[in-house]
Formats: sequence, structure tokens, C-alpha cells
Amino acid sequence: MKWTSVKQTLLGSVGVTLLALSPAFAQTNITFFYPVQVGGPLTDVVDGYVADFHAQNPDIRVEAIFSGNYTETTTRALTAARSGNPPTVAVLLATDIYTLIDEDVVQPIDTFISTDEDRAWLDGFMPAYLASAQVDGHLWSVPFQRSTAVMYYNKDLFAAAGLDPNQPPRTWDEMVEFGKALTIRDASGNVTQYGLGIPSSMNAVHWLFGALVAQNGGQLSSEDGLHTFFDTPEVIGALQFFVDLSNEHGIQPPGILEWGTTPSDFLQGRLAMAWHTTGNLGNIRTNATFEFGVAPYPGNPEPASVLGGGNLYIFSGATEEQQKAAFEFTKFMTSAELLADWGVQTGYVAPRDDSWETETLRNFVAEVPQAEVARLQIPDSVPEISTFEAARINQVLNTGIQAALTGDKTPEQAMRDAQAEADRILTVYRN
Amino acid sequence: MKMSRNFLISFALLFPAAVLLIAFTFYPTVATLIDSVYSTPRGRRPAAFVGTGNFERMVADPVFHRAFINNLIYAAVVIPVSMGLALAMALLVNARIKGRGFVRLAYFTPTILPMIAVANIWMFFYTPDYGLIDQFLRLFGWGGTNWLGQSSTALWALIVITIWKLAGFFMIFYLAALQQIPPTLLEAATLEGANYFQRLRRVILPLMMPTTLFILINAVIEAFRLVDHVIALTRGGPNNSTQLLLHYIYQVAFNFWDTAYAAALSVVMLVLLGLIALFQFGFLDKRIHYR
Amino acid sequence: MSNNRASKGTELAVNLLAWSLALFWILPLLFAIWTAVHPPSYVGRFDLFSPLTLENFIRVWNAAPFDRYFLNTFMLVTFVVISQFVICTLAAYAFAVFPFRGSDWIFMVVLVQMMVMPEVLLVRNYATISSMGLIDTIPAIALPYLASAFGIFLFRQAFKSVPKEMDEAARMEGAGPLTILWRVYVPLSKSTYLAYGLVMVAYHWNNFLWPLVVTNSATTRPITVGLQVFSTVEQGIDWPTVTAATLLSVSPLLIAFLIFQRQFVQSFMRSGIR
Repeated sequence: MKWTSVKQTLLGSVGVTLLALSPAFAQTNITFFYPVQVGGPLTDVVDGYVADFHAQNPDIRVEAIFSGNYTETTTRALTAARSGNPPTVAVLLATDIYTLIDEDVVQPIDTFISTDEDRAWLDGFMPAYLASAQVDGHLWSVPFQRSTAVMYYNKDLFAAAGLDPNQPPRTWDEMVEFGKALTIRDASGNVTQYGLGIPSSMNAVHWLFGALVAQNGGQLSSEDGLHTFFDTPEVIGALQFFVDLSNEHGIQPPGILEWGTTPSDFLQGRLAMAWHTTGNLGNIRTNATFEFGVAPYPGNPEPASVLGGGNLYIFSGATEEQQKAAFEFTKFMTSAELLADWGVQTGYVAPRDDSWETETLRNFVAEVPQAEVARLQIPDSVPEISTFEAARINQVLNTGIQAALTGDKTPEQAMRDAQAEADRILTVYRN
Repeated sequence: MKMSRNFLISFALLFPAAVLLIAFTFYPTVATLIDSVYSTPRGRRPAAFVGTGNFERMVADPVFHRAFINNLIYAAVVIPVSMGLALAMALLVNARIKGRGFVRLAYFTPTILPMIAVANIWMFFYTPDYGLIDQFLRLFGWGGTNWLGQSSTALWALIVITIWKLAGFFMIFYLAALQQIPPTLLEAATLEGANYFQRLRRVILPLMMPTTLFILINAVIEAFRLVDHVIALTRGGPNNSTQLLLHYIYQVAFNFWDTAYAAALSVVMLVLLGLIALFQFGFLDKRIHYR
Repeated sequence: MSNNRASKGTELAVNLLAWSLALFWILPLLFAIWTAVHPPSYVGRFDLFSPLTLENFIRVWNAAPFDRYFLNTFMLVTFVVISQFVICTLAAYAFAVFPFRGSDWIFMVVLVQMMVMPEVLLVRNYATISSMGLIDTIPAIALPYLASAFGIFLFRQAFKSVPKEMDEAARMEGAGPLTILWRVYVPLSKSTYLAYGLVMVAYHWNNFLWPLVVTNSATTRPITVGLQVFSTVEQGIDWPTVTAATLLSVSPLLIAFLIFQRQFVQSFMRSGIR
């Protein structure tokens, strides 16, 4: 189903009701900040959504503002909010929640819920994605462009190494065993192909490390965002395993593996298995010159992945009228059809079960079966590490992980130092 | 009488600059100074006076120590090397070489390419195995070096980019200055039997001192300001080995939203730069003779 | 005879050095061109026979209004440089020619500003611009940079080296302060204006963080911010797209430089820099 028919369906139902209710003379202007993570012409797609929203809601004007990547969008939204001129609604990281609450700039979504229709809309989201947006008895945002981490693997290289291309590793032991078979050295001893690559650059490692920790039966932060568990045996063990992949088993490139180059490492055949986001499926699909598979994550023993991506937040600095308009816009942007379309256009995981029932996504899954892996893995997935002072805590964790990976510290020392620093930062928030 | 006339004219002439400087520099600078002795206001907790609290935190902050030392190394390498290379390039382009137009254009390209775009190109150069540098080194049996991914090489990899970016730009100024040197002076020196390097040391370099000061000021500013590639490539990693002062301030202010601590860091940076500025103007300026 | 051979050897060495430096310096541009004209699956393969394509350019051109971005940057840089010339010239003239009690002290205060990075003052300046209602305009990108201490310092230096007799001669003819500035000081400082202008064009051509924060729409966004759309690494770097976007955005300047480089360098040299 193409977007035009999505439009018609929506126009037929919600739109007409709204049209009838809204007075034509008063126009409400709202601003919408969004990041585009999948470089390129997606601004056009968003502009298309906004145009359709305008057609249905002639009394609301949405100014959609592309504002860089997630970090830049948060920077812009908070800079603007602090100078008294906040956006009305914005797509920001789900993990920004504590920062935004702490800055007192967002309005909980549940305060807008009034009708049964609203409640039905809210119930349609996957619980795993809603959970991380609930703090202090409020729902602070709704899932929009969500992702999860998956393992891409090169089926041709699996076959060449004598492995079954349809049997990706299910445990850490299998992953190491397969990895060894997939690591190839040339005559002079240089590695020309590595078995596995888990990106470890500053912008990503806390995310994927969260999956390793969950697989090892641990967790990085508490649900209230006030505590971290960096020095627990599960976390230290996960880091030890991460370090061993390079040092002990020699199946992962030494040093820091850059997130941005990992997809091309995989496409070039330098990595036989690579951990990355579902958002990369489109890129891999277009550019892979070999058969590739998408696998859920292995476990030690329980498999687990990590959720990521951005939610829609409504800012409290706007007038009540604007906030109401923003809520309408939020509902529009998170309807089953629109999220399905957005998922197909971008590779994000539609965070509603009813989106996956739409013709749009069913056709897509039929065409690209790999897309379904992300969805099937969601019940096994844990939220991304999320605390107060999230960016600073992530920085502390990432620095610790990198110190261990580069051999500057032992995993145990690195995590003990990180925990001490995190405790120092979070003390203020604990009383 | 004369005094007051000067004052009135000066007042009128300085007015536009003064308004803009006060609005966009002095007011925010003073506000930064004040912010640095308060705690960061959060939506739920207003700012409180903490005196030297933020500065005490800084003394104990290992990331600040790394950033400070890294930035000194960065500046100590970038400033002389980029200036030296700029001078060498200018002398080369000024000499009779083949394809001068192309060589000049080649040196100038980094100035035209915005850092934000170029960072990604350099990332390809530094990528292990199939990256350009590794493909080249492989011809000699080396390779597999993760230039941006290990603590020992990452800062140097960024320094190379900065030097690449700045040297060609500075060259233009040296080139212009070289052309201004009266040929008669050089001929006289040649007649006295001075060889090329003696002419360079005795005639060319002294005459180019004002240009050198101009370039030096720019080089110092850039050595502390240019962090676009840190943001695009390493974000201070691995393990803070590429953390630089302005990048750390940017992170603390716009990623951590700890504006008070960022203000305190800014104060330290302003004092550091102020000292360098005083040295440049007070000391060097007097030793250079303007024509 | 032996002297001649030595100078031949020197000439060869000089050429070799100049060319190897040049190749290293232009390498990123060559790489950008190479990558932009080949399909994505050929990144990193330097095979002479890989297929050529213009698809990357077409995709990028359709994805963002590069002509508009270029126009925005052009207007921004023109506005900044001209305004800086006027504002800094007036201030420098005051410091150089009309000293009053305390003017040296004020000059020192201005100099301190030279080292204050506008980046550090981002939040405060955003609030100021916002209260003036100028968000998402080209003047908003320019305003914090218009009064440049560096410019004031340079122009004051240049004006101070203008011989006093010329100023006095003009005054004898009954010229007022502004006429003298325009007729005597500015023409004699042409080289300083050129050098400073070049620094500022380069600075604002490359400036990124502040424009990103204060612009909202394609009608004001400069090239650097427009390019950022293609440089985002969350999804992995797509080098063919990044390089095609980079080339598209710098090509007008690059072509202009190729055509006018002789004139540009010569006029720059004729005036020299003091």
C-alpha cells in the first residue's frame, strides 16, 4: 500500500471528525524538531506527512524543522527551551527522559488522554517500548522511530568456512567458535577477515554493551534512573568477554571499532558477523554483493538485545492550545499506518503491533524476511541504559569500556572506576 | 579641548562596535564568570552559590587534566608545524617549479573543503585494512593499524588533519609576503656571497616577521578552536585520548547540560588564552618592526 | 660546470618535494571525486575499470537544495565581511588616530575579546538573538561575529603605519575625519583588508555550530549545515553520498578558484600583507 492510500484511509476516519470539530478561523502554529538518522531525502518524507496532517487539520500549522542528529536536536531543543522559546514537539532519544524531566521542560503525555479513542491509541504501543518512558507514575513520551540491535552475518563466508549459513550462533561459546572459523590470516600473519565486530566508538558502545550485559544476566542501570551497576560480576564479566574477543580469541579487530565504518567493514567482507542497528538493513540490502542474514543476538545463556531510538516529546513551555495541537500531531505521527510507512521508508522498527498487521508492513516483510527478526527479538530486549545525567553517565561508562578495550585498564579496574564516578554524579539526585 | 574633541569623535566611531561587543561578547562573558561560581540550575533545583566549588571539582576531574594536557600537546605541535610547512610551501611555490598553478591549488584545497565534510573523508583514510593509508602501507608489508582506535595514535591522527587544514591556508599569507620583498635586497645579499639559507635567515625571515605574527595569532586561535573533527570522528575517545578543552566544554555544556561547570571550564580557557594574547601583543609586538 | 649540475639536482629535489606535498594535500579532494563517481559497492577499491556513474550526484541533488544553501552561504559571507570592514574600520580609526584618556585601556579590553570563542557563549547568544526575534535569519548567523577584535587590532596596526604627514596634508585641504579615513587610511591599508577578508571568508565558509543552532529552514541554512544531513554517522557512513554532497557544495567555489586563481593570487600579491 502506498502512502496515497494511507492518506485516504486516514482522511476517511480521524481527519473528517477533526475537521468538523475545529473552528476554521483560529490557527495554531506549532514547531516540530526532528533528527534524520538515515541521511538523505527523508526530510521530503516528513514534509509529506506534515502536508497530509495540514490537509486534515487546517487550523494547525506545523513547522517541521530538521535539526541534525540526535545530539544536535537535543542541543537545539534544550537551548531553545532555556531561552524561553521551546519547540512544541520534538523527536528526541528515549533515554533523554531523565534529562528532560530534570530540566522540567516536557509535559507528560498522559495528561492529554481524555477519550476512549486516545486510550485505544495508547494501548496499541508495544509494552517493551512504553516501559522506558514511564517515570514517577507518568508517561513522558511515545515511541516513534525505534530500533533494536541485531547481528548481520555474511552467509557466503559462513559457507566458505564450512558453517551452516542458516544457523547463526545462539550462545557466546558458539559465537566464539564460529568466529574462529571465520577469522582468516594471510601468509605473513595479518588478519584479512575477522569473525566478529562489535562497534566500540564513543557514540555507540554503551548501547551494544547493554546487550552483552543483558545476555550475561546483568543490567546497567536501575528503573528509577538513580543507580548504576557497573561493578557487578555480570557487567565486569561481559566486559571481560568483550575484551577477550580481541585479545584472547583474536576474532575481533583490536582497538576501537568505529560505529560509522562498521557497515562498510561488513560490506567489504572484512567482518563476517557485525553488530549494528536494524536501521541499517536498507543500506546492507542495497549494497551487499553477497547473501546476508540477520540474526537475533546470542545469549550466555539467555539471548537478549537492546532497544534504542527516538520518542515524541511535547514541551511544556508552549501554550495549552499549542500543546493540544501537538498532541493531535503526535497521534497522527504514531498511527498504525504512518509508523508502518515510516518503518518501510527508514528501517526503523514500528513500535505498534497493529502496524505490523497493515498491508504496508506485511508486504515489506514478505519481500524482506530479515526485517521481521527485529520484531521477533523485541520480547527478549532490554531498554537502553537510562539514568539522570544520561549523557554524562554514558560518557563515564564508554570511557571505562574503551580503557579496557585499549588495554589501558583491566576490565575490573575500569568498571570499578566508572562505578565510583557514576555514584559521585548521581548522589545529588538520590535524596 | 583637544582631548574632548578626540573623545567625541572616538565615541561616535566606536559606538557600533561597542554595542555589538557588549551584546555578544562582554555581557555573555561576564554572565559566564558569574555562572562559574553558582551551581547549574535544573528545572527542579534553582542555582545556588557555590563559590570555588566548580573550580575545586575541576582540580579533581581527570578528564579535565587529560583535555588540558592533550590541548597543550595539540597546540605545541600544530602551531609550529603548520606554520613551518606553510613557510616551506610558500618558498616552494615561489621557486621555479613545474606546474606551479596546480601545486598552489593543491595546497589551497583544504581551505575550500569544510571540516565537517572532510572529517568523513579522513575517516576513510584512517580506516584499518581497506582504508587508504593501510592499503598503501600494505604494499610494504605493514598495515592493520587502527589509527583512530587506539590511545597511542588517535591524537596524532587528528593533529595531522589539523595541520593539513591549516598549512595551506597560512601559505597564502607567506606567499604574498614573499612577493613583497624587494629583489634588490636579495641581490645585494647574493653579491656578498650569501647562500640560499643565509639569505633566508638574514633577509627573508626578518622581513616576514609581521606576517608571521599575523599567522601566529590565527594559528593559536585555531589550535584551541578547531574541534569539528573531534566531534565528527572520535568524540574525545578512545579513553579520552583525543579530548580537547573546547570539545570538553562543548560536551559539558551541550551534552551534559552542566552549564555552571562549563562556565568554570570556560573561565580557565579564557585565562589561558588571555595570557597567550598578552604575551603575543606585549612581548612579540615590540620586537617586530613594522615597515 | 659542477655548479650547474648541483643546481640541476637542487631543482629536481625542489620539484619533487613540492609535488609530493601537493599530492598529499590534494588527496582528500581526489578521493572525494573518485568515490563520488563510482557506485557505493566500489568504495575502497581503486580499480581503474570500476564503472562510472553520476547517480550519487543525482540522488544528492534531489535530496537537498544545494543551490539555495550555496546562495545562503554566499549572502552570509558577503554580509559578514562587509559589515566587519565598516564596523572594525571605524573602531580601529578611533583607536589609531583619536586617542583619548583611557582609550589604550579600552583597547586592551577589546583585545581580550579576540580570544573569546563565540562557541562558548552559544546559549547566552541564542537567548539574545531569540529575544530580538531574529531566529532563523541570516543576520542572526552574522550578528555575534560583526564586531571582531581581530579586525580592529589589524586595522589599527595598519592605520598606525600610515605616515602622519599624509593625514595632515589632507586636513590642511579641509577634509573631515571620515573623508580622511576614506581617502587616506583605507587605500593605504588595502593589503590588510585583503588578508583579513580572506581569513573571514574562510572562517564563515567553514563555520558550523552556531549556524546549526540558529537556523531552522532551508531558506537560511548555510552549506555546512546542509552538508551535515549527509555526514551523520548513526547509520554508518555512506561515502559516495557524503563525497558527492561535498563536491556539489564546494564546486562553485572550486571552479571560481580554478578560473580566477591567477588574478586572485596576483592581486593578493601585488598588495602584499604587512
